[in-house]
Amino acid sequence: MAILIDETTRIIVQGFTGKIGSFHAQDMINYGSNVVGGITPGKGGQTHLGLPVFNTVKEAVREVGAEASIIFVPPAFAADSIMEAADAGIKYCVAITDGIPTQDMMTVKNFLRRFPVEKRMILTGPNCAGTISPGRAMLGIMPGHIYMQGNVGIVGRSGTLGYEAADQMKRLGIGISTSVGIGGDPINGSSHRDILEKFEADPETKVVVMIGEIGGPQEVEAGMFAKEHMTKPVIAYIAGLTAPEGRRMGHAGAIISSAGESAAEKVAILKELGVTICPTPAAMGETVAAVLARL
Amino acid sequence: MDIHEYQAKEILSGYGVKIAEGGMAYSPEEAVQRARDIGGHIWAVKAQIHSGARGKAGGIKICKTHDEVEAAAEALLGKRLVTHQTGPVGKVCGRLYVEAGTDIVKEMYFCFLVDRSSERIVMVGSAQGGMEIEELAENNPDAITKIYIEPAVGLQDYQAREMAFALGLEPELLSHAVKTIRGCYRALRELDAGMLEINPLVVTRSNELVALDAKMGFDDNALFRQQKISELRDKTQEDPREMAAADRGLSYVGLDGDIGCMINGAGLAMATMDMIKLAGGEPANFLDVGGGASAERTEKAFRLVLADKGVKAMLVNIFAGINRCDWIAEGVVEAVKKIDMKIPLIVRLSGTNVEEGRRIIAESGLPIITAETLAEAAEKAVQARNEAVAKEAAQGA
Repeated sequence: MAILIDETTRIIVQGFTGKIGSFHAQDMINYGSNVVGGITPGKGGQTHLGLPVFNTVKEAVREVGAEASIIFVPPAFAADSIMEAADAGIKYCVAITDGIPTQDMMTVKNFLRRFPVEKRMILTGPNCAGTISPGRAMLGIMPGHIYMQGNVGIVGRSGTLGYEAADQMKRLGIGISTSVGIGGDPINGSSHRDILEKFEADPETKVVVMIGEIGGPQEVEAGMFAKEHMTKPVIAYIAGLTAPEGRRMGHAGAIISSAGESAAEKVAILKELGVTICPTPAAMGETVAAVLARL
Repeated sequence: MDIHEYQAKEILSGYGVKIAEGGMAYSPEEAVQRARDIGGHIWAVKAQIHSGARGKAGGIKICKTHDEVEAAAEALLGKRLVTHQTGPVGKVCGRLYVEAGTDIVKEMYFCFLVDRSSERIVMVGSAQGGMEIEELAENNPDAITKIYIEPAVGLQDYQAREMAFALGLEPELLSHAVKTIRGCYRALRELDAGMLEINPLVVTRSNELVALDAKMGFDDNALFRQQKISELRDKTQEDPREMAAADRGLSYVGLDGDIGCMINGAGLAMATMDMIKLAGGEPANFLDVGGGASAERTEKAFRLVLADKGVKAMLVNIFAGINRCDWIAEGVVEAVKKIDMKIPLIVRLSGTNVEEGRRIIAESGLPIITAETLAEAAEKAVQARNEAVAKEAAQGA
């Protein structure tokens, strides 16, 4: 099962023929993802990496039945590409692009909400490493080899910290159903809560690890969802214990700007909501192992 | 990106928001000249630094004579002002804004900001002005009104009226209030601001609605399409190391500790800093070198970290994804040789081609301390720092 993607998912790449798009498209193909083509407006009809190039996402949906898309379009044009995918009937979209203006993301989210739920595209990112269902498909830029297939779901804001978690688990022989990067921006396609909901419904996922950080209300909202609606254990690590207030720590969204947004406050609230806390980022693997052992 | 009060006022004035008459001064003489130009018998001499709560820090002086204006300007120019928003280092005042005194009848709080939870712009107001909104939220949350703006249609007049009444404004000021609120909203939207705060917004004795202070913060991700806003950047208000880093495409935040850090990825960087703290140390900085850490970039990052003379040990933690550990190892070895590092260096590599990376470090002949796990790396860094400090103390004695 896994969530969002598997080996059958028909994937297209938006920003296909560019340097970054080409590199990662090839990497995804090598991993075994079912990439069926790509989009570069004006280059429709050409072949790239042995796959068809289309002018529009609509054409790709019509011609090769594209279901999922990954976006490598520069920040100024990325919001437009996301909306094009949603309008064409793409079901799941990962936006890798870092640096999309916040107001553009507000427009995107508003655009997506206009679709009835059953026709609404799921978006993860922007500013993320993508999604991987190990052993099945990779829709992202992560090193696929560090993920082992298994029963733990991961949702996180950060790319490399997510790799760290997967690596610690692999060392302990723990595998992953799906790992989802939701990105470091203040407004993103899916929240921690949205992804927890999917993991709860996935029969293959037994435990979920949520990797959060300072800034914004999402981790606490996810904790409340876990308490009220989840049967599966949730483990959380919140990065940024040493981050000073009011300073942006790399990610556009990683800034403590109001009460409840610091790592210490988030940890305290999550604990109260019954979420298992990883005391240190070096203990993500062993904390998951301990929770799995109790199941 | 933040701008100064006088810049925000100039912008808002162009959007129909009423401000008091004022002018810039870079010297006491200029300040007096501005006061003369403005006329009247009372002036506010205001330090222009990127921070709110300037009044409490002594950054705003009310003057009744030209001599007082001169004295106030002398006292403020070049002064380091510390507020809870600047951090303990404070910010140096290099320019002043001299403004006509305002006869205040009523003070209110008003702002627009991006609300991350609803993913909308929210308008926040309170009839109790002058106080910081955080204080108000804690002491009297019921006194705050929040109105969410529907992104598809934008701010509506009825919402502006609702806010005007919530602020306790008299009906005769209603149309002026709607114009002011609409102007602020247009400025926020058109200029990609993430925050616009008027605290206080005041009613004057002559029954006018005036923005007595103004603060705007802009979305860094949108500066590519806001050329005029980018030009308002005042580099003297920003940490020079952070500016230098940004110019090199690196993300750096200076902190108070003494263990320097170079990490790829913002989340892993924060986590590594947390590990240092948990191991008993204090990080000197946050530094994300990003995905494509080339040898050149690595060297720049090293120089940036080591420019902080308080750094006693340096920790490099790289999880190579798209990157390869062997490339990074080569970059590190090259940087160490070029820079002639005097402090202990701890390197932890993980991910793609890790064995090859470790071999390059081991065979370099350099005194680099290596670690396999995150915990080990942090412990070794703290240990190396402690030894370095002990050695310094022994030499000192």
